[in-house]
Amino acid sequence: MNNVLQLVWLVPFFPLVGFLINGLLRKQLPKSLISIIGSGMVLASFIVSVLLFMEVKNGNTQVVNLFDFINSGTLSIPFAFQIDQLSSLFLLIITGVGFLIHLYSAAYMHEERSEHFGRYFCYLNLFVFSMLLLVLGANYVIMFIGWEGVGLCSYLLIGYWFKNTEYNNAAKKAFIMNRIGDLGFLIAIFWLIAKLGTVTYTTPEGSGVFDLYNKLTRTDIIGITLLLFVGATGKSAQIPLYTWLPDAMAGPTPVSALIHAATMVTAGIYMIARSNILYTMAPETQSVVAAIGLATALFAATIAIKQNDIKKVLAYSTVSQLGYMFLGLGVGAYTGAVFHVMTHAFFKALLFLGAGSVIHAMHHEQDIRKMGGLAKHLKITHATFLIGCIAIAGIPPFSGFFSKDEILAAAYEKDHLYYYLGVAGAMITAFYMFRLYFTTFWGSFRGTEEQKHHLHESPAAMTIPLIVLAILSMIGGFVGLPEVFNMGEHKLEHFLAPIFEASTKAKELVHPEVATLDHGTEIMLMSISVGVAVIAILIAWARYIKKPELNEPAGFGKVLADKWYIDELYNFIIVKPLNGLAKFMNSFVEKRFIDWLVNGVGRTVNYTSRQVRLVQSGLVGNYVLLMVLGMLALFVVKFFLKK
Amino acid sequence: MDITQVLFYALSAMALGSAIMVVISRNPVHSVLWLIITFFAISGHYILMNAQFLGIVNLIVYAGAIMVLFLFVIMLMNLNAETEPQKNKWLKLAGVVAGGCLLLVLVAALKQAEVKGKIAMLGTGDIGLIRNLGKALFTDYVVPFEISSVLFLSAMVGAVVIGKK
Amino acid sequence: MLIERYIYLAIALFCIGIVGVLARRNAIIIFMCIELMLNAVNLLLVAFSKMHLAAALPGKANAGIDGQLFVFFIMVVAAAEVSVGLAIIVMMYRNTHSVDVNFLNRLKH
Repeated sequence: MNNVLQLVWLVPFFPLVGFLINGLLRKQLPKSLISIIGSGMVLASFIVSVLLFMEVKNGNTQVVNLFDFINSGTLSIPFAFQIDQLSSLFLLIITGVGFLIHLYSAAYMHEERSEHFGRYFCYLNLFVFSMLLLVLGANYVIMFIGWEGVGLCSYLLIGYWFKNTEYNNAAKKAFIMNRIGDLGFLIAIFWLIAKLGTVTYTTPEGSGVFDLYNKLTRTDIIGITLLLFVGATGKSAQIPLYTWLPDAMAGPTPVSALIHAATMVTAGIYMIARSNILYTMAPETQSVVAAIGLATALFAATIAIKQNDIKKVLAYSTVSQLGYMFLGLGVGAYTGAVFHVMTHAFFKALLFLGAGSVIHAMHHEQDIRKMGGLAKHLKITHATFLIGCIAIAGIPPFSGFFSKDEILAAAYEKDHLYYYLGVAGAMITAFYMFRLYFTTFWGSFRGTEEQKHHLHESPAAMTIPLIVLAILSMIGGFVGLPEVFNMGEHKLEHFLAPIFEASTKAKELVHPEVATLDHGTEIMLMSISVGVAVIAILIAWARYIKKPELNEPAGFGKVLADKWYIDELYNFIIVKPLNGLAKFMNSFVEKRFIDWLVNGVGRTVNYTSRQVRLVQSGLVGNYVLLMVLGMLALFVVKFFLKK
Repeated sequence: MDITQVLFYALSAMALGSAIMVVISRNPVHSVLWLIITFFAISGHYILMNAQFLGIVNLIVYAGAIMVLFLFVIMLMNLNAETEPQKNKWLKLAGVVAGGCLLLVLVAALKQAEVKGKIAMLGTGDIGLIRNLGKALFTDYVVPFEISSVLFLSAMVGAVVIGKK
Repeated sequence: MLIERYIYLAIALFCIGIVGVLARRNAIIIFMCIELMLNAVNLLLVAFSKMHLAAALPGKANAGIDGQLFVFFIMVVAAAEVSVGLAIIVMMYRNTHSVDVNFLNRLKH
């Protein structure tokens, strides 16, 4: 039955309506109505998404053509939505987690004035709309529209409290870094158009990009995939464009949860998973992706150890987890990467919202050195936050374990070194997450008396999303139980198989004897990573329960606390020279050359007009003579020169 | 050389000669008289081309009415050779050179135009007769003809207004 | 008669008119030279109207008649022009007691 799939336009339509209503009427509507509209629209999208998902699960996929977007010569770019296994899964994540976060925001942001409250929900709805466009688009151009839309919303929401200059700078930084990546994406699209004349993913007639990849030369395919990956590094905060994400924590906490943890930053993973066949055909790019993913994972994890801002820790943790996803993509474990996107969306949204709840209780205090002993006061937040920590640390049977181990197992298959480094990263992850957990919730309270007096559990609108996400974090991993546990096949892999079919086939062509890990090795790998995580947790316990005071970092710790001085490095090698160039242009080229030219034109006109004015003698005879000479010239030009 | 050719060259010589005299004669009254001779020569050409109506109208309107008007104005102002102001020599020369250049350019342009071998039919055809012209004038060209009466009216009003100032 | 000869004749008359306009300062002479130029064009129009015989263009008995009608209209316009032009010259003479066009240099201002 195709009727249900035809309804796909409703999914982005609802948030768009919410955006328009909240945006236009934000001064008139009361806050309660704004939050009902904002959340309700996303809930409606979620319901439609569930219907679509059910349909897709039965094996129906479709490309729904809404209208012609660009039609020029042989290039045809329809405004079409593609509903298949991958996009329907992302739809569920975006609208589901999105709805919970909208609900949470209604309570979290209640102190804002009505029009700002409306502005917040209008941005948030616009974000959901753009993200849905990104995921649903049936060609790269539609994806790019959504891609730009989420970038814009990210900018708007990071700079939501626009009266603070620092927040504005963070917003600008995020926007500019994203633009650098977007340029790569855009060039890749142009390259595809130039070489294949199409940007549609795939068509039944076999004229889409993924059907024609054989026509691309080796250089083309490597160039295109690398450029797409540049786009992904910008959006998904990978080395070298990751520095915007920690700064993006300037935005409201639910925004960090929705945009900078659960959905937008996974757009890069979505794009590469969508283009999996291109990447499979370009092993060189895959190595680059894997290397950068792994490097980012480790690098960000080390920085997270020494951060004292609760949100900064989570931000670096996000960068690090995204690194894992790219590692998965790089080693060809596309299912694993998508699986990790899903579980990460659950537990990272949970952690951010938990952090938001803590910040709410502490009256906008984000420094963990001033917290401690909050477990007594925030019981639900504490329990759910603990679940999130366990999930991200990779302790079975929580969701993070399954997805992370799937990636690590694939990495082991590809190259043992990837695996060892990945496990090291996992260990650091477990360590810093529990450092955060212990210092925040255990020990004695280190804040002011007034804060202590006001400590309170958050309202139900905030705790319900926490509980739902906690449950999802616990059980979310079971959709991807590995075969090793003899619980039947890998459900998610089976579900996503049609998307990655071509890649799988291509891989089999290259390596006919697929070296699947035997079950013994797989169990051993899992035990190693679990063991390492447990050790890390114990170390954190020993270190931060006994001596919870965080003294000023020194030595190597200082380097980590200052984020490896990457911001300073960028400032030195990019910002400073550009500023110098701009200054030179301003003081020399602009003043000496351009001004001279412009003023010179004016002076020349002035001078010549003063001279030419003398010709106008007022004598009719002269005028007639000049007229005849003009006629003469015209005749000469017409008959003798124009050959 | 038959009679039409003889007539053609004679009339042409007469027209050109008297036209030159129009320009160079000092006395304006002489200029007017030379111009009348030019118009007579041109009327002769018209008749040679069997355009009798235009030939006669040319004589009546131009050589008759208009030139008499000129003559009348000159006499009214009592102009003669002595009162005519002389132009700058160089400016005069420039005028002559410019006119000569135009002549040269036009003739050279004509050399390239595709008129070789085209012939003006003399002495035949009856389109120049009053009967045919009148028919065309009052059927196809009746609107411009009527409008030209408005033109005359406005010219008359204009002349009266200017003259009364 | 070859059409070229008429064209040469018309060009010559026209250029004599031009020279007259350029070289003389007397407004009346200039005006007469303009009339001469008009007549040169009229002559050419009539010559062109006789370039085709009615027999050469079957079904068009009046071929070329437009040329002669145009000449007729040019005469109409010329007559109107002369009446206004002479009125202007008379007025100019009354104001400056001269018909020298160089006195008319008000265009400068």
